[in-house]
Amino acid sequence: MANTKTDYYVPHGSPWPAVASASMFVMALGGALWLNGSDAGRAVLFLGLAGLIVMMFGWLGTVIRENIAGLYSGQVDRSFRQGMAWFIFSEVMFFFGFFGALFYARTLAVPWLGGEGIGTGTNSVLWPGFEADWPTNGPEAVGGSFEPMGWGGLPLLNTALLLASSVTITIAHHALKNSNRLRLNLFTLATVVLGVAFLYFQVVEYVHAYQDLNLRLSTGIYGSTFFMLTGFHGAHVTLGAIMLIVTWLRIARGHFTPNEHFGFQAVAWYWHFVDVVWVCLFIFVYVL
Amino acid sequence: MSETTQAREHHDGPHATGIRRWLTTTNHKDIGTLYLVFSLVMFLVGGTMALIIRSELFQPGLQLVDPHFFNQMTTMHALVMIFGALMPAFVGLANWQIPLMVGAPDMALPRMNNWSFWILPPAFLLLLATLFMPGGAPAGGWTLYPPLILQTGDAFPLVVFSLHLLGASSILGAINIIVTITNMRAPGMGFMKMPLFVWTWLITAYLLIGAMPVLAGAITMLLTDRYFGTSFFLAAGGGDPVMFQHIFWFFGHPEVYILILPAFGIISQVIPTFARKPLFGYTSMVVATSAIAFLSYIVWAHHMFTTGMPQAGMLFFMISTMFIAVPTGVKIFNWLATLWRGSISFETPMLFAIAFVVLFTIGGFSGLMLALVPADIEYHDTYFVVAHFHYVLVPGAIFGVIAGVYYWLPKWTGHMYDETLGKWHFWLSTIFVNVLFFPQHFLGLASMPRRIPDYSVQFTEFNMISTIGAFGFGLSQLLFVWMLIKCVKGGSRASAEVWDQPQGLEWTVPSPAPYHTFETAPRV
Repeated sequence: MANTKTDYYVPHGSPWPAVASASMFVMALGGALWLNGSDAGRAVLFLGLAGLIVMMFGWLGTVIRENIAGLYSGQVDRSFRQGMAWFIFSEVMFFFGFFGALFYARTLAVPWLGGEGIGTGTNSVLWPGFEADWPTNGPEAVGGSFEPMGWGGLPLLNTALLLASSVTITIAHHALKNSNRLRLNLFTLATVVLGVAFLYFQVVEYVHAYQDLNLRLSTGIYGSTFFMLTGFHGAHVTLGAIMLIVTWLRIARGHFTPNEHFGFQAVAWYWHFVDVVWVCLFIFVYVL
Repeated sequence: MSETTQAREHHDGPHATGIRRWLTTTNHKDIGTLYLVFSLVMFLVGGTMALIIRSELFQPGLQLVDPHFFNQMTTMHALVMIFGALMPAFVGLANWQIPLMVGAPDMALPRMNNWSFWILPPAFLLLLATLFMPGGAPAGGWTLYPPLILQTGDAFPLVVFSLHLLGASSILGAINIIVTITNMRAPGMGFMKMPLFVWTWLITAYLLIGAMPVLAGAITMLLTDRYFGTSFFLAAGGGDPVMFQHIFWFFGHPEVYILILPAFGIISQVIPTFARKPLFGYTSMVVATSAIAFLSYIVWAHHMFTTGMPQAGMLFFMISTMFIAVPTGVKIFNWLATLWRGSISFETPMLFAIAFVVLFTIGGFSGLMLALVPADIEYHDTYFVVAHFHYVLVPGAIFGVIAGVYYWLPKWTGHMYDETLGKWHFWLSTIFVNVLFFPQHFLGLASMPRRIPDYSVQFTEFNMISTIGAFGFGLSQLLFVWMLIKCVKGGSRASAEVWDQPQGLEWTVPSPAPYHTFETAPRV
């Protein structure tokens, strides 16, 4: 029905963007207060976060209602799709920055500290005897001795879980296109379960790293890159899992049609993106 | 809502009045106005900071401000001008003009458009508030190099978070602009029929989405290095402070093209109108812009030739940097060829455009000098660098914005601006901008370092000239503000075309442009 519309829907005024900006302001303020040691910091931070959550319900709810009311043409749908694709590209570039830091440290900074190439002087003056190796926590062994995280066991299991979840979401997508609602419902639920299982095992892995391996965020450059890369990925999986749960609830309420399901598609793309990032992580952070 | 009430609402003006109109608006013209007004305010704030810097530098010795505050001023002047004045000015122009130029009813994602603007004022509130905090505002330069920047006082997390917010705003704005251009063009407007301003913004938006997240990552690493014990930029832990410079400039170099490509677009609209000839070499303009965007991602280390890097690296970054002169040269020659045998008239936008071509070229040539590794090692961190980037940013980017504002202002307000005032603004700005920045080349070649409140006595005369130029240029901008207020309030009525047979869809709608335009797409 909606796809038959020809004119482009332009909304008339919305309070939600302003609520979003105000919430982000409060969050930034709270975060800064917290880092500066103020007691009120966390409360202010969570107040901002609460505002952001209210905004999400309000804003996305409006969009869903407008969509159901048939206000959106196919062109509006294309805007949403292209917007989401570019948003994911920006996320890719965010991870690219952290991967860049990992590659730079491993292939340039650490070998130079060990005296290779332009690092001869640094090595002989500051840290004679430091031999470049990976993983490392640097010439002064910042964070104390540690054991690196292996790739077998939990990381391998997690790789299997996320890859499987990419398959289940694709099966769910095909089911949606073939109007098989039961299959859509079950395979979306399976994706949620796999995602949550991934997060659970990542928490177990972190506890293992901190308690048994003495591998911490503060364990030199290895700990920094390991936890920042896997941590930001985990945060994105969390966000993706929340989006999947909302999508599953919407499926249960009968939302999405075989031809029109931008919300589902966007979440599926996002899920594939976190999956691809994980594969890169598994190869460059764990295996190599 | 029935179709009829909806149709009526479409032809109405704003949906609300007063502050609510501006807070909740989804209209691209409203949001464009918000961006432009915000940008003007930040331009005056950043300009005031520049005048504090130049006042201190009028004479050798310390006279007005203490050195720490001086360093806060150089840092904040840059952050305010880049993120507060220039980028919002270009996004404001994009908001007003792109839907009008491609024949779209509005931006593709109108609510998100509002969001990307309204992130800006709170973000700058946080950034400017740092001036009044214990330890003061950041003082380590806008490039935020560790370990120096990690010594910032309580302001540090606010600086990082405000930059995160500014980055989010830019990314959202850029997504909106790309989608508007790729999805909202009127039927018949193929990519190779788009006006050049639209083209340059398409490429700029792509650069923004590619570069801003990398900055977000870099400043996040600074934050965790300071508060959470990571070692990204700590050599003792196996990290490297120079690594920050690599990540920063991977963002920073595309950023300088973000600041100039939309200006190229504006100049490519203005010159054909007042030369009364179509733009020479349209296709080559598009190709050159794309080539510049591509090259901008592989030249970043030319900002760091003195940090120590392998010879092969220096050679690569030197050569790739010099390649940029080729597509930029294509653009300059195309503008000159457009002027060739045109029936030229010299209204204010055209004057600014011509000054842009001449003065930007000076900045381009000094850039070419800085690209040479052996020369750069001599010029690095001297006033020569300051002169170079101010030539490309002030008579470059800012003159581009000003040319665009004079060019489209009658379309926005429905009134002609005061041409006499405009000409005065132009001549005073152009003379004083050269008095301000040209002597800085000599200071730099004589090795006066940048970011220093005091200097050796032999630099006195050129510094005095430069400061006089700064006040002249700054005060001339008050004429611009006056002209703007006058033009918004009244003036002779502008026709729909405004100029002598200009090309483009924006001239087919009445002046002032109605609140909603192109609700049915025009055919091109």
